[in-house]
Parts: sequence; C-alpha cells; structure tokens
Amino acid sequence: MALLEINNLSVEFKTAHGAFRAVDGIDLAVEAGQVMAVVGESGSGKSVAMLALMGLLPWTATVSADSLTFDGWDMLALSPRARRRIIGKDLAMIFQEPMTSLNPCFTVGFQITESLKTHLGGTASERRARAVELLGLVGIPAPEKRLSAFPHQLSGGMNQRVMIAMAIACNPRLLIADEPTTALDVTIQAQILDLLLDLQKKTGMALVLITHDMAVVAETADAVSVQYAGQVVERDRVDSLFAAPRHPYTHALLKALPERATERHLPTIPGVVPGQFDRPKGCLFHPRCAFAGDLCRAEPPRLLADAQGRAARCHGPLDAAGQPTASRDLAERAAS
Amino acid sequence: MSDAVLEAPVLEAPVLEAGELTRHYQVRGQGLFGKPATVHALDGASFTLTPGRTLAVVGESGCGKSTLARLLTMIEPPTSGRLVIDGLDLTKAGKAERAALRRTVQIVFQDPYGSLNPRQRVGDILAEPLKINTDLTADQRRQRVVEIMDQVGLRREFFDRYPHMFSGGQRQRIAIARALMLDPRILVLDEPVSALDVSIQAQVLNLLADLQERLQLAYLFISHDLSVVRHIADEVMVMYLGRPVEHAPRDALFGNPRHPYTRALLSATPSADPDQRRQRIRLSGELPSPLNPPPGCPFHPRCPLANERCHQEIPAALDVPGHGLAACHAVEEGRDG
Amino acid sequence: MSASAETTATAETEGAPPRRQALADFWFYFSENRGAVGGLVLVVLLILMAIGADLIAPHDPTQQFRDHLLIPPAWQEGGTWAFPLGTDAVGRDLMSRLIHGARFSLFVGLIVVSISLTVGISLGLMAGYFRGWVEAAIMRVMDVILAFPSLLLALVLVAILGPGLVNAMIAIAVVLQPHFVRLTRAQVLSVAAQDYVTASRTVGAGPLRLMVITILPNCMPPLIVQATLSFSTAILDAAALGFLGLGAQPPTPEWGTMLAEAREFITRAWWVVTFPGLAILVTVLAFNLMGDGLRDALDPKLKRT
Repeated sequence: MALLEINNLSVEFKTAHGAFRAVDGIDLAVEAGQVMAVVGESGSGKSVAMLALMGLLPWTATVSADSLTFDGWDMLALSPRARRRIIGKDLAMIFQEPMTSLNPCFTVGFQITESLKTHLGGTASERRARAVELLGLVGIPAPEKRLSAFPHQLSGGMNQRVMIAMAIACNPRLLIADEPTTALDVTIQAQILDLLLDLQKKTGMALVLITHDMAVVAETADAVSVQYAGQVVERDRVDSLFAAPRHPYTHALLKALPERATERHLPTIPGVVPGQFDRPKGCLFHPRCAFAGDLCRAEPPRLLADAQGRAARCHGPLDAAGQPTASRDLAERAAS
Repeated sequence: MSDAVLEAPVLEAPVLEAGELTRHYQVRGQGLFGKPATVHALDGASFTLTPGRTLAVVGESGCGKSTLARLLTMIEPPTSGRLVIDGLDLTKAGKAERAALRRTVQIVFQDPYGSLNPRQRVGDILAEPLKINTDLTADQRRQRVVEIMDQVGLRREFFDRYPHMFSGGQRQRIAIARALMLDPRILVLDEPVSALDVSIQAQVLNLLADLQERLQLAYLFISHDLSVVRHIADEVMVMYLGRPVEHAPRDALFGNPRHPYTRALLSATPSADPDQRRQRIRLSGELPSPLNPPPGCPFHPRCPLANERCHQEIPAALDVPGHGLAACHAVEEGRDG
Repeated sequence: MSASAETTATAETEGAPPRRQALADFWFYFSENRGAVGGLVLVVLLILMAIGADLIAPHDPTQQFRDHLLIPPAWQEGGTWAFPLGTDAVGRDLMSRLIHGARFSLFVGLIVVSISLTVGISLGLMAGYFRGWVEAAIMRVMDVILAFPSLLLALVLVAILGPGLVNAMIAIAVVLQPHFVRLTRAQVLSVAAQDYVTASRTVGAGPLRLMVITILPNCMPPLIVQATLSFSTAILDAAALGFLGLGAQPPTPEWGTMLAEAREFITRAWWVVTFPGLAILVTVLAFNLMGDGLRDALDPKLKRT
C-alpha cells in the first residue's frame, strides 16, 4: 500500500456567492521514498488538496473524500488530537514564504527546539544539540551561532533552510513542499532544490512538491500529477510526460513555455481557467482545447490509465505525435 | 531576427542613453548612534535603448534592476551619471522638459494585483494619464482609451469595471494599456510576466512582441527568468550587486557566457527537459547585502575563479572581442577557460 | 490563498454589475455577524426615532405637568399610561424627553465625527504623504493630545470655551481626532508604497491628485470603522460632560444632562436615572456592534481567514 493515498478528495469553500469547489475528486498515491510533483496553474487546487490533508483549511472549507490514508492512518477518522500527533512528526510541510512562516518574535533556535519538544521530548541540551545538528544538515554555516538569530536577520534562502530543518526534525516519512522556491532567487532556488533532493535521498522520505513551474518538475520529480481547475488531468512518470504528454492541457502548457518556443510568437492556450460560475458541462478543459468535439462538450471524461500506467482525463488522449488517439465526435464514436 | 541582433552598427539612433548611472541611498546606521551608511543600489550602468529592440536586465534580488527602473521612469533622480532620453539630457533638463520626458518613458510593474488602483474603474485608470497630461475632452479621452483597449486585446465592456473583476493576465493587459496611453517610446517592463501563469504568460509575451513591432517601442525588460529573457531579448545585461557584470547580444550571452556569474545563473535555471538534469554549477553562499558589499569584485566570495586580485580590485567592464562587455579579472586574464 | 485567486479569475466572466456585487460581498460578511445586524437595526430605529420625535413623543419634552411629579412608570403602582415611563421631578414626561434626547445624541455623534474625521484625515494625509518635518510636527502634537486623559482634556477645553452643547462637541472632536490622524497616516504609509501610486506618479500626477484621488479612497475602510466606533465614544463623552454640567444645559432633554438633574432622586425614583442610563447604554452598544460588523466586512485582512 502506498504511503499516502487520497481517493476522490473534494474541497468546497463557502463564499459570498455560494459554494465553490476548489478541489474536485482528486486521487493521488505517493509511494514511500518517491518524489511526486503536483503541478498546476493558479486555481488548480493543488495547494488546497494538501492543506486539506494537513487539516489546515479555514472554517469555510468542507472536505470530503472516499479515503484519505497516510501510513495506514485514516486521516478523516482521526481526532484532531491524534492528527496533530502525526502532523509535524511523520507528515511535515513547508511553505512558499519563508519570511512569514517563521515567527519574527522568537529566535531560530527557540523555534526549532520548541517544535522538537512537542514531538520528541528530551532535555533542553539534547534538543539544542539536535537543533545544531539539523541546521548543519540543511547547510547553514556556523549553526551554533545561528541558533540565536532572529528570522529577520537571515535571508530568505536561510529562512527556508530553517523551515526545512524544522520540517525534517522528526524524520518525517512524507514532506510536502508547497512552492518552496517560488519566492527565492534563481541561484538560491537551485541550492534549496538540491538540498531537498539530497535530504530525500539520505532519509528516504517521500516528497510531494507543489509547484507551478514545469522546469522545476522536470529537474526534480519522479512522477507528476497535473491539475486543472481542481481536477487531476494527467498523471505520469516525469520523463514520459515531458516527452509526450497525453492530455491536451499538458501538451499546450508545455508548448507555451518560452524555452520550448521555436518562433517569436508563443503558442498560447486561449481563454482562462474556469472558475466558480463558469464551469463548463462535460470536460472542464473543452472550451480551451484544440481537439474538443461534441463528446467533450457533453460528457466529462474519466481519469483512465493506459497499459503503461499513464493516466489522462481525456476522451481521446494524445499520442506521441500530439494527435488524438480517438475521435471526440459522438456519431463517429458510436459507429466504431 | 536573431541574425540582425549581431550586426554591429545599429541603424536606428538610440532613444535612450545611460552613462555610468549611479544611485546611492543614505540609510541610518544600526542602533541609535550608528554611523549612517551608503547603499550602492546601482553603480555605473551604461547602455542604450533603441526603438524596436529589447534590452533585458537580468539579476537576482539586490542587483539594482528595480533601482534602474526607478531612475529611467524618473521616479528618482540618479546620484550621478548621464541619462539622455530622446536627445534631452535629463540631468540638465528643466521642470517642463522633464514633464514632457515623463511621457516618453512608461512602466509596467510585476504585480498586476498591486499596480491597479482597486477603487478606480478601468476606464478611469486608463484615462488618468490623458487627464493629467493633455487637454483632451472627456469624449476624446474615452475614444483614445477605447482605441488602446482594442490594441491590447481588452473588450470595450471592460471600461466600467473594477480591477478586482479581472484575472492576472487581463490586469496586466490593463497595466500595459495604461503605459501606452501617452504614446511612449520606451517601456520599462519590470518583471511583467513573473506573476502570471504559464499559459497567460505566453499571451502577454506575444502581446508585448506585437506592440513592439507595431509601435517601434524600445523595451527595457527586467527579469530573473532566463527562459523568458532568452525568448524576448535582443541584448542582455547581467547585473550583480548594483553593477553590470556582462552585457552582450542574446545569442552570444546564452551561447557562450563569459562571466562566472552568468554561467552560474544559466546553469542554476531549471530546464523543462528531464533528460537535461545535469550537474549544476552550485554557487555556494548567499547573495551579499548591498549595505555591506564585499571589497574588490562583488562576486568574489562566491566565485570559483576568484584570486587575490579579485579580493582587492573592482573589475572594470572590458570589451570582449566578438562578444560584448564583461567585468571580470578572470576573463581579462584569460583564466576563465 | 489560491481560493481567492480562483474567485478573482472567475469574476470577469460573471457579468454582474460591479456595484451590486460589491454590495452583496459587503452584506455577506456583515451579516455573518449577528450582533452587527442587531446593532444596525437598533441604529436605524434610533435614527427613525430622532427624525420622528415630534410625532412619536406623547408630550412636549419641556412641558411640566405640575400635578404629576415623579410619577412611576405605567406598570408600577401609581403609574399611568399617560406617562409610560413616568415623569421627572418637575413633572416632564420621561419618555418624550428620552425620544427627543435621541436627536441630541445622534446630532452630537454626527457633528463630532464629521469634524474629527475631516480634520483627522487632512492632517493624517499630509503627515503620511509628506513625511519629514511635516509628519514630525503633526504627530507630536497628536501625541501631546493623546497624553492627556481624554475626558480631562475635554473638561479643560469646555472650561475655556464655556459650557454648552456646541462647545462640548468641539472639545470632544479635538480629543477624538488624534485617533483619526494616526489611523490615516498608517494607512497612507502602506497605500503610498503600492505600485499603482508609483504608476500615477510616472504619468505625472501631482501631490494633491495622488493624495486625494489615488491614496485616500484606499484608506477609507478602517476609517469608516473607526468613525462608527468614535460615534459611540462621542455620545458617551457628551453625556459625561452633560452629567458634569458642562455639556447641554437644562432644560435640554440631553441624556447626560437628564442624569445629572436626576441625581438627587436616585433613592426615591429609580426610573429617572435608569431610563436615561439605559438609553445611553443601548445606543453606544448598538454603534459598537455595528462597528464590529463593519470591520468584518470592510477589513480585507480579516476576510477569508
């Protein structure tokens, strides 16, 4: 059984204009020691799904799922108390903004030892020693000295290292990194990604990397789950997804990357991500899809895997040449 | 297009010339009795902008690219250096001339959520530059606004709406439209697509390319995203801690980067190709603070090629034949391999 | 976070008139707060009562019924429905006086808040926009005003200006407006750093335009909240000054003044002190509740948390 298994997870937010479904029936399985990327644009619900797992959503959110298991625990059935015992210990998360994720009123050392106290116990000096060890582990020079530093005295990259140190303090089995490098400079981003992958290899933990950056996915992940408008539209190994995406959305997204451009005009995806009020009937992507037929407009496709386990939520997934493998026309479909 | 970039003599006269532009800030010292310190936010940037062409400025935080944008758009005066826009030397210009020059240089900001006044309708946001700078009647203003809205692909119905009703990409179109209202010749684009999703980013980049071609605009494109820069720039200037370290035509810079920092930056940029997972040049250390820059070459604490000279002497930007400018002792001495 | 990004992404296709949608948003967050809705209802009732005082009140508030001194409320022994809440020591109908008193209280609140809001916003705008010595001068004066106990300062001012409702209002306005100055300045500082202000500057907008058209409208929500809360403070302070004999002068049916007149009858006739006191309490509470709701609805930082 996978380390993390999410089946049919949905999250609805109460808003001024009625309910809004941010996550719509997501399935995700992460094996122990795997690096899984969850990629999507804003509005794809990629962060919300993970926050739901952590129990970090605001009161306006309603979470429902067929199953939500982590390491054999049913996260839906757990009491908040039991859930808190797992979160931070076996399941840890780091966020995009390192500057605001740390409390500016306390020293780095205090914050690390405090989180150690909750889950590991031990004496003050043991905790201190562990904190120094952790800071060394995440590549902070002169860790003893940094213990007494306040977050504002460190740079963004250093703070993100501190956040990572806190997250891995209890040797978690799964680390969820929500856009961990988006707020950082390019050379610092490279350092942090290297650090995360190093730690992942060293400790054997699983890593879920939430990002909007296809290039970061290509550089780091083993497997990738592409989300669009709250749904998983494609799930695949990284190498085969980048070589030949099967869902038209992924296909178009990769083509829109400037580094893949062949001419001055970039291929674009027309329109915008559907929101609360304009969720189309049928396939959610059909209004923007180059291959949409009347089947796509009428019926929502299911997420189906092919023989190699490459899953796409499409009526006629694309082949290696980027052409649909099945007709999206109702009449032709019926005839064949 | 890329071939044209390498042609040495530029046919069209530059619309902007910056010579040794420098901007220092005085900051209060640490503590009550600390000595006031000087931040060298920008130290000696020289370049020209030409109609119809794009100069990209690349660098990480603290490299001075935002300060550069503020100097060019006349939000702040330079501490020293020369800035000639449209043949007029800004440092010697009077108040009226400066006001006229304001119209020549306009800016588009990074964050489309922060750059539009949430309490103004789109129509009012776009008409404001005309209201301040021209004697057009309300009807003429409206007509002009609608014209520009057409040009950037905004529907006329949007005229009476508020910014919060738009997505990031549409807002950035509004911001671009506002920048175009006064018929500028230069657009300073301060990370215009880095807050946008990939699919929207492509739309905005296409729009910018179209506008440049149609209106013969000169772009100063500030970005940290090298894949975008590679796509849109004609020339690239790489900056580190307030100083330009390398300045070359795009293909030369990406094909054969000379400065060690440029090389590190290029190799640190992830690529959307899983087969290309390579050993990165891993820059150790943090970006130094502009408040307390290292002596000598500002890059030497992180540079793999640094020697004794780099610790003491600030390298000058020297012409590298067939390439461009690079400010590096190692390149000058041929130690860069 | 991404939920809010999603709603903005959708809205453009929605096509509802912007004003109505903003209003719907406002009402959604405001009505989440039950107390605020209750406060709003009470405030509306108070306003209606003040406007229609002449029609609602059973008697003239200053008319003295010499045969009916200190009549208890109607439901008590000796009470009569001619005077539902009883009469005071000189035979005036308490209910009529309370109803007319609402006029004075709301009037005081309105004038005081208008004065301190206008002055406070102007000074705060200048302090936040110009910085430097302008800011230092304005803010130090405000600090000095804030350093005095507020009621004491109001007392001193009234002592200088002479007792009376108008002077009391001026005094209260002076005491209240440093809060507006400080709040406005803080707002201006954060708004002035926004890109859209810089954008206006790059097209050549002058200081006045930047201050009034670009910056000020974006500073308003917390100011509106503060204004509502100050409304109740003003009413309370006016009542206190009235009670001390320095506010509205008898026979004005101002609630605080009524309390002062009734002081000596506290042991004999509970109603002459209780009802004006209750009136003050309910009014202040209503405005405070409404202010809380406004804060929920207008302050984006508290939204969606």
